Amino acid sequence: MAIGVHNVSKRFGDFVALDDVSLAIPTGSLTVLLGPSGSGKSTLLRVIAGLEQPDSGEVAIAETDATALPPQKRGVGFVFQHYASFKRMTVRDNIAFGMKIQKRSKNEIRARVDELLELVQLQGLAGRYPSQLSGGQRQRMALARALAVEPKVLLLDEPFGALDARVRKELRAWLRRLHDEVHVTTVLVTHDQEEAMEVADRIAVVNQGRIEQYGKPRDLYEHPATEFVMTFVGPVTRFGEAYIRPHDLEVELQPSARYEEATVEKVVHLGFEVRVELALSEGERLEAQLTKREAERLELLEGQRVFVRPSRLTEVEEDAPGARVAS
Amino acid sequence: MSQQAHAEPIAPRGRPASKPESRGRAVRAVLVGIALFYVLVLIVAPLAGIMYYGLRNGVGAITDTFSQPDVRHALYLTVVIMLITVVVTTVLGLVVAFVLARDRFPGKSLLSAFVNLPLAVSPVVVGLMAILLFGRGGWFEPFFSAQGIQIVFALPSMVIVTIFISIPFVIREVVPLLEELGMDEEQAAWTLGASRLQTFLRITLPNIRWGLFYGMALSAARAIGEVGAVLVVSGQVQGSTETATLYILRAFDQYQAERGYIVALTLAAFSIVLLIGIEAFRRRSLKRAGQE
Repeated sequence: MAIGVHNVSKRFGDFVALDDVSLAIPTGSLTVLLGPSGSGKSTLLRVIAGLEQPDSGEVAIAETDATALPPQKRGVGFVFQHYASFKRMTVRDNIAFGMKIQKRSKNEIRARVDELLELVQLQGLAGRYPSQLSGGQRQRMALARALAVEPKVLLLDEPFGALDARVRKELRAWLRRLHDEVHVTTVLVTHDQEEAMEVADRIAVVNQGRIEQYGKPRDLYEHPATEFVMTFVGPVTRFGEAYIRPHDLEVELQPSARYEEATVEKVVHLGFEVRVELALSEGERLEAQLTKREAERLELLEGQRVFVRPSRLTEVEEDAPGARVAS
Repeated sequence: MSQQAHAEPIAPRGRPASKPESRGRAVRAVLVGIALFYVLVLIVAPLAGIMYYGLRNGVGAITDTFSQPDVRHALYLTVVIMLITVVVTTVLGLVVAFVLARDRFPGKSLLSAFVNLPLAVSPVVVGLMAILLFGRGGWFEPFFSAQGIQIVFALPSMVIVTIFISIPFVIREVVPLLEELGMDEEQAAWTLGASRLQTFLRITLPNIRWGLFYGMALSAARAIGEVGAVLVVSGQVQGSTETATLYILRAFDQYQAERGYIVALTLAAFSIVLLIGIEAFRRRSLKRAGQE
């Protein structure tokens, strides 16, 4: 295990940020801590980095107890949401900072910085100051700076949170490729489930200071252990008493057995995906997700009468893989 | 002409906006005029007067003044007090600023208000407070007299009151900078292996240095100009506990106005140099802040 978190609790005044959290993160993985704001996911990351002291519990990094170690001695690289670039230093000096502290030779530093500049695709910008870079460039510089000291684990706190949607998507894919190249154990915090699904090997869903489920993205999506995981990871819509994924709702124009009648309230074209908002005869609302082709076949219009049936129900499985052991 | 008359109803958009604007400009001109007049009458004219009285008898009077042992000692004492004050208020000010900007504790707002107290209290009162603490029968007097250390009517008390009066300047300049800076850069430096001292020297200090210099310059200017508190605690012993400002007061009392003017001019020149320095620091500080 690259990181072991054992029974960690942390309070801020009356607020319980972490409630007896345990987590084992395998070496070389890219793990995402996913949860809404205030769930404790960032606090957990900062506890791992040593930037926060837990009230109780232990943290181990690379099989060594690190609970009492200051952040300087933990061998972690940390990337902050708002870049935390050293404003008064050039890109080169930013990246070289950690190595200068380690008193490495000038030639070694220069060679390593050049290598990292290439890795994060900032060649030619070495002499710029952070204020002359875009947000995406600053964050890549921050990543190079963290990687420069060869950390045992790389911790990213909402690294793309301050970027606009397009850059965020690009950087996500880039980070995934980078991780496949560099293989350093990485923990990323985000509140964006799409981002989590895209980059993670494993996801820990954090809610109210606890880990609700920890497992592979697909397991969380298909076998959610709690209602929270089901509603937070992937879209759901209510169908009577049950939950379904909007893409598991079949829409037909002709009535047939086990189909319920509904009225089309709104049709939203999102490109490949078409979102249809429906109202059942009892007034209950739900959402269906169709492909463009299906929608074209049905030629749905607002106010139209249709018939719907769930093709698959998604149920909470308390014994799902990675479910939190009841305590 | 007729074209203009014709144009008026067609272009009403510019009109309503331009009228208040020109009125605003007139108001501004009047206010600037008042401010300029104020500066001229209350600062420039007296300064010119001091220069005139100080310099009208030429170089002879100046060398005569500076050859006086009292004058030399008074200027020396002022410089000594200023240097000690700047060093102490800088170190103490930085510590307090860090506590105020970074820590959370009960009574923080009280401390924050307390920091500004020296600006609100009359220096004469500050001097009296020092006498109460260190003077004959004062709380700390037995302790220091047992050690054989003279506080009141000697350099220590003069330094203590000047420090007390000058302490807010560094704090007031540095706290907002630290608050704005946040802790991200420092924490990033920690995770990169930098110790707290390395982080302070390499990351925090470069970020706050112009504001810090500005606070130090203000502190120095205040220390040089201090009269009231020092007057109370020094005992005004010629050639011993007499600072430059106290010398000026005495020179006028003893009908040696010319020497007073010359020393005053010296202090004024020093303050003007500081002022220019302060302005330069402030501009750089603002420019840097604007860059982000």
